[in-house]
Amino acid sequence: MATRLRETDVVIVGLGAVGGIAALPLTQAGLEVIGLEAGTWLTKRDFAPDELRNNYRGWPQSAQKANREIPTHRPTAASPPFPRLAIHPMMNAVGGTSLHYWAQSWRLNPWDFKVVSETKRRYGSARIPGGSTVEDWPFGYEELEPYYDKVEVEIGVSGAAGNVNGAVDRRGNVFEGPRRREYPMPPLRGTGFTDLMAAAARTLGWHPFPGPAAVNSRLYQNRSGCMYHGFCNRGGCHVDAKGSTAVTTIPKAQATGRLKVVTRAHVTTIDSDGDGRVTGVTYLVDGMEYQQPAKVVLLASYTYENVRVLLLSKSKAYPNGLSNNHGQVGRHYFSHNQTAGVSALFPWNTNSWYGLPAQGTAVDDWADDNFDHSALDFVGGGNLWVYSDRRPIAAASMSTFGKTGRSWGSEWKAFVKENADRTNTSYLQKTTLPYEANYLDLDPVVKDPLGFNVCRITAEYKENERKIALFIQDKMEQWYRAAGAVAVERAPVGPMGPSTHAYGGTRMGDNPQTNVVDRWGFSHEAANLGVLGASTMGTSGARNPTLTAQALAWRTADHLAKSFNAIARRRL
Amino acid sequence: MSKLISRRELLKRAGVAGVAAVVPVTADKRPQQGPAFAAPQAAAAREPLEHLTAMESDVLEAIVARLIPSDARGPGAKEARAAHYIDRALGGALASSRTLYAAGLAAVEEVAQSFRGKAFKDLLPDEQDDILSRFDSGTVQGFADAAAFFAVVRAHTLQGTFCDPYYGGNAGFVGWDLIGYPGVRTLVTPDEQRLGADVPFNRKSAYDYEMFTKAVASAAPMGAITHGD
Repeated sequence: MATRLRETDVVIVGLGAVGGIAALPLTQAGLEVIGLEAGTWLTKRDFAPDELRNNYRGWPQSAQKANREIPTHRPTAASPPFPRLAIHPMMNAVGGTSLHYWAQSWRLNPWDFKVVSETKRRYGSARIPGGSTVEDWPFGYEELEPYYDKVEVEIGVSGAAGNVNGAVDRRGNVFEGPRRREYPMPPLRGTGFTDLMAAAARTLGWHPFPGPAAVNSRLYQNRSGCMYHGFCNRGGCHVDAKGSTAVTTIPKAQATGRLKVVTRAHVTTIDSDGDGRVTGVTYLVDGMEYQQPAKVVLLASYTYENVRVLLLSKSKAYPNGLSNNHGQVGRHYFSHNQTAGVSALFPWNTNSWYGLPAQGTAVDDWADDNFDHSALDFVGGGNLWVYSDRRPIAAASMSTFGKTGRSWGSEWKAFVKENADRTNTSYLQKTTLPYEANYLDLDPVVKDPLGFNVCRITAEYKENERKIALFIQDKMEQWYRAAGAVAVERAPVGPMGPSTHAYGGTRMGDNPQTNVVDRWGFSHEAANLGVLGASTMGTSGARNPTLTAQALAWRTADHLAKSFNAIARRRL
Repeated sequence: MSKLISRRELLKRAGVAGVAAVVPVTADKRPQQGPAFAAPQAAAAREPLEHLTAMESDVLEAIVARLIPSDARGPGAKEARAAHYIDRALGGALASSRTLYAAGLAAVEEVAQSFRGKAFKDLLPDEQDDILSRFDSGTVQGFADAAAFFAVVRAHTLQGTFCDPYYGGNAGFVGWDLIGYPGVRTLVTPDEQRLGADVPFNRKSAYDYEMFTKAVASAAPMGAITHGD
């Protein structure tokens, strides 16, 4: 039987990018918090500049909990599953994937909160794609702005503001929503190549700018500035310049004396009583079972695991899974369409051997509704991003742009010797909508080593996403050609498998018939259960989700701290 | 501690092989016949095989030498000791590929014997390329995994040629030199990111930086298992 532990105010399931944020405002407000984390502490000494280990062997993900429960994926309910990924895209550790992520720290644009109403207003109701379940957010950008600001200051975001209180500044993103102040730090520096790309974008009449990054551009809060050494992509930072929660909000929350971090804790279920209130969580460490009672539970793992834990947590009050009496857990799932990339070959070395994926030049002219869609037949767009990031194995594995007969031998070798530093691959994040036919549930067959069913993805990119992909590829090719590319290659729209940008499944909204959590991030059904992460987001925008998920986490925690007595004791 | 010593020993040996690899490049003017380069094979022969059989190793050494050949543009996968890297890794990170290697290397040898009546390693480079092309395109009768095997060997040969030398490949940094990678650094200056910058080569393994090899003493107080009771 489980060892029953002493009750706490709040238990957070997962101390990663979002759980690690929520811990700070809660503990600062005087609440006792226990953070259950499946991984361990990792420190800068763990983060060697080792491409083989980081990028080919998936360390440390390969040895972790998440890796034993990789979601399965099938494009439609009628199709057979794809082969399962060998390595989970996310990792377990204190700080979670914020340790090794690219650290691009975007705010969503105001349009992203009002996709439905704005699209209808400008282009008519018929423009919303058939089968899409997209809704407006229950609030607008201005509601989240104070929380974006808090997170940016706390974790340290570098960037160039494009709109401070309505004053547009062309050095930043002219399309962004108004910010209350500049970024805490100036942007990461440009490289010769990214500066050249920015100049090329200007010749096209576009508005390039350095993207925002949770990476220090100078000494910040006693953490070093970035060393630009080239191993940030799936690698942690060897000087703690990356603002993962492991080196920012979590230690700060620990310093209050009110955060207890429990590592290697594998949460299996969230427990609930006959009234439908959650009572705590059950977890395993080394095969020993513990029950942690709590007045409030915040579920803060990742989208796939948030959904899986809810569906596995069945009880008398929730026979179909916790907070799933409306059948909405797992619905409105989507993952950012990052496939359909574009690569270019230049006739000169780009000198991209160093840098980081967050050191680059962005163009937002073709994202969201930043351009007139009247003559087009889709909703949304894409953010174009070129950056400085190259390591030797990947460089040697480059495409030869059809210029060699074989991908090996002397001719191939000569090509790679000449061109290893002459190629660039853009990162194109494109609007992806939720659809009725795209969802998460439990795989009926595949189980983890404990015998629990893993998460199953049923999803494919639809017509709207395919149209955006072609449109954005045209723009990206135009940009590369303007910069002097001699060859451009386009990748096809790929499968919609396990993703680092996975949204929905516990969507936030006022209507309990179509949403799992309310506008504060608390369950419509279990009033003392909150859900953190991109699983609550109803739209993706065209940019990385982490900062938005973190701002939402802070807002949910702030609301909890202010309304703790009501939430902890409230009866439905 | 013993791990550290063996790692340094490994790197030392890798360095020796890299020096030896200079010899066959100048010898490249010889007519293309027989095993092209004797010196690296001699170097490899001083190493125990950890996972491959002697016959498998012969075939693999010959394959990697054709995938990234040593030629006028410099040393290749053989000199980088890519096959040595693969042999080591087949007992660890690449263990799931061991059975595919057994089947694939045997298939390559069988095709060589049935087409040419000789061991694969003793064929002329063009003859070897012809056989490898059949694997690349998946047109080997009786071996359905030919293309998959070829793709795996190619990927692992790239790893073994361009990886951090700690892993036993990229000996003498020949892979990094080939593509102009200036090496692992822990700090990169603005000037070093300019177009046309002349970045000096830094011939170091990540693990030559001591901060990545010491035990994480600081993890103990924070990482101890405690519960909320």
